[in-house]
Amino acid sequence: MIFGRSQRGNAPVEPVTLKILVAGGFGVGKTTLVGAVSEIRPLRTEELLTEAGRPVDDTTGVKGKHTTTVAMDFGRITVREDLVLYLFGTPGQDRFWFLWDELSTGALGAVVLADTRRLEDCFAAVDYFERRSIPFLVGVNCFDGAARHPVDAVRQALDLDPAVPVVLCDARQKDSVKDVLVHVVQHAAQFTAPAPRQPAAH
Amino acid sequence: MSADGQGTQDTHHWFDDEAGPVVRPYAMTGGRTTSAVHHRLDLIAVVVAHPQGSDPGADQTLSPEHVEIVERCRTDPQSVAEIAAGLDLPIGVVRVLIGDLADDGLVHVTRPVPPAELPDAGILRDVINGLRAL
Repeated sequence: MIFGRSQRGNAPVEPVTLKILVAGGFGVGKTTLVGAVSEIRPLRTEELLTEAGRPVDDTTGVKGKHTTTVAMDFGRITVREDLVLYLFGTPGQDRFWFLWDELSTGALGAVVLADTRRLEDCFAAVDYFERRSIPFLVGVNCFDGAARHPVDAVRQALDLDPAVPVVLCDARQKDSVKDVLVHVVQHAAQFTAPAPRQPAAH
Repeated sequence: MSADGQGTQDTHHWFDDEAGPVVRPYAMTGGRTTSAVHHRLDLIAVVVAHPQGSDPGADQTLSPEHVEIVERCRTDPQSVAEIAAGLDLPIGVVRVLIGDLADDGLVHVTRPVPPAELPDAGILRDVINGLRAL
């Protein structure tokens, strides 16, 4: 709440901000996807971790190492002066789940980017968004040289709910990524809209 | 100075990039990891400098990082994530600094609206149209 603040002069516009997450395994093209549509070069934010990495990081021989840095790449799309969409690439490693919790709070939706050559890399992300009821779709990044699989085969392999869209995409191509994001927002719009109440059949 | 006479003023040969930043990041916050701002600042919370605020550069209690945040947000409100990336500081550090500035009344922070609480479906329609028009 802001009280007593004069609006004279040209006060800067305070935009409504929304975020879409881009998840998937390491090297699947998350940052490429963000970069294909972002109006800014993908930026990197970092968070220092002190405790979380301890059981996992092998610090033998580097006794002085107490912190681990985890990076998140993000981009921005200004829809209107007062409406800005941010895209966040989630950290690839599973052990940074607690950062996912923070990222996913208030997220409009998510893209799980999949590479059919190592589909198992995106299981964790699919599972995460399913459990937290965050609207998501699976984008199959069609890498050069990767065998093309029908969408239904991918859906079956990931055991997806029928409502979850699966789209083929090329994370390098702006038009392809735009299409993916439009699908996410459409899916999120259906997801957040209250379901029409069916009269109980008594 | 090294014995072979190669040492110069600008050759910091006793540390390299592997050593990490020379100033530990949380030194900028006086070791604080939380701020008095009650809610945790979301990455896409927008920081706006008060247009009629006093010159932050003249305030001796503010660090250069504080001043830079106010300067960055004066013309274009920026998200917490953008500020952290722009200053090349960890998110946690930037949150504390922004909390200080909010306490001092130099900036205010808008909380992002959760998607379920968006005022109308028109906003999502606008997002879709905006994406198509890219």
